[in-house]
Amino acid sequence: MDVILFLIFALIAVVCGINVVLQTHPISSAVSLIGVMGSLAILYLLLGAEFIAAAQVIVYAGAVMVLFIFVIMLLNAGVEAKRGKSFMAQLLGIPLLVSFLALMAWFVQRMYPSATSVKFGEFQGGTAHDIGKALFTTYLLPFEITSILILIAILGAIVLARKEMD
Amino acid sequence: MPTNPLDSFIVVSLIKIAIVFAVLMTTLAYLQWVERKVIAHIQVRPGPYRVGPHGLLQPLADVIKLITKEDLVPPYVNTPLYLLAPALAIVMALLSISVIPFGPEINIAGHHTLMQLTDINFGVLFILAVSSMGVYGIALAGWSSNNKYALLGGLRSSAQMISYELPLSLAIAAPLLLSNTLSLHDLVQSQQGGFWHWNLIRGGQIVSFVIFLIAAFAETNRVPFDLPEAENELVAGFHTEYSSMKFASFFMAEYANMITVSCMAVLLFLGGWWAPWPAKYGSSFVPVVIFAAAGVIALYHGAHPARKLDKYTLSAFGVIFLIIAAVFLLPMVQQWLLPLFWFCAKVGIILFAFIWIRGTLPRFRYDQLMAFTWKGLFPVAMLNLLVTGFLVALNS
Repeated sequence: MDVILFLIFALIAVVCGINVVLQTHPISSAVSLIGVMGSLAILYLLLGAEFIAAAQVIVYAGAVMVLFIFVIMLLNAGVEAKRGKSFMAQLLGIPLLVSFLALMAWFVQRMYPSATSVKFGEFQGGTAHDIGKALFTTYLLPFEITSILILIAILGAIVLARKEMD
Repeated sequence: MPTNPLDSFIVVSLIKIAIVFAVLMTTLAYLQWVERKVIAHIQVRPGPYRVGPHGLLQPLADVIKLITKEDLVPPYVNTPLYLLAPALAIVMALLSISVIPFGPEINIAGHHTLMQLTDINFGVLFILAVSSMGVYGIALAGWSSNNKYALLGGLRSSAQMISYELPLSLAIAAPLLLSNTLSLHDLVQSQQGGFWHWNLIRGGQIVSFVIFLIAAFAETNRVPFDLPEAENELVAGFHTEYSSMKFASFFMAEYANMITVSCMAVLLFLGGWWAPWPAKYGSSFVPVVIFAAAGVIALYHGAHPARKLDKYTLSAFGVIFLIIAAVFLLPMVQQWLLPLFWFCAKVGIILFAFIWIRGTLPRFRYDQLMAFTWKGLFPVAMLNLLVTGFLVALNS
């Protein structure tokens, strides 16, 4: 049951991911990206990380992608113009891709030779309670530093975007 | 024959899904009749009156009309997204009902089951996640219609829903701090025993309740925040180009969202299915008294000689109400009927407030709408969360 669900949503994620690149219209690409984020959330859920799954949908699929779509709609971005592929890309594209994937597989195999497959639902500690505890005890310093970093980013955005006041 | 626990789980779940779906669809249809009637009475006119007694069959007529209408896809629309948008809106609106608890754990024919489709331990986050996906239905509908009014409606709605989601989430966080759980079932269990234990009173969460209601009106695009479909500026807003069942799915999504946020308000602040005061002080006789009084009043008016048209319908309704009042006295149904009654009564009051406000308030201007949430609601919600967190930390 778990494996079937994993295969279904992994397939959806990969197909949507390819679709992000293939679509010529920015909105269609953005909708495909929402599909990727949504299916990733379900994969997290299958692993037992329910809080991360909910946060993934609320933050990435919900807030971030809504802003993407909002900006694309506001700027009324048109269809991407297709130019012909270069000779080098046509010649070397597929062989390079295949060799890259083979290299990745070989490295993973070498680094984790004894890795067994993931068991679904085995991971405990994905509840909101566990994550809150970890964030405010073990990882307090990284958590606070990240929040300061985000605050600086917000201030920078305001400074860059505001109109000059005389 | 020994039964597999998984099999019986699937059967029980399917039965529950069928019941909840049927009841929800009927409620959606009749909520619209109630809305038209209430608004009509606010505006001193009778409202729907022709189809059935007091227009009671009007929802059925509307459904038949919407199904049999021609399903039109205008040229120049982005067809895949145009078709995806209404489906997305209705699926996301119906999905959030699956975690709403309507009552406690009950025992029917030897089966212990929750009066809820599923109790997941991050139910509140699930509803927030699903409702944040619901905005795509409206935004994509506005964009893919290839119509400037629809585009403006879609843009307005996405901006409005992103902005109001912040105070909404902050207002939800305050009662969660008090109850210390994310499961909706446990959230209601923690408010047991009379209205003075409800999060509204116990934690002094009146501020976050008001913020939640205001933000909920904006999230469901209802008056006074219905700018995405402001008909005197934008024709019909994001659903201008939609007809037939595709229009109906937007319509149903709006009403389903209304029901969901009303349920959320009841679960978070008003003690869910618990009666306002314990049963030992006689709260289990309230529904009997209400239904018996309604039955007697209906019979009295039915017997009145001036009411010639309603002679049979009102008497029939009077008898039905009296039968319902008698059913509430049966001990074997009380364990699930009473919680259901209180839950529906509280949700009904909030839904009535939705309609009441639609009948009485004018629409916001767009810049006022944005300034109101960013400069008013958001700081107040933040402050409320800080004070609540501080008090919870002091008490623990």
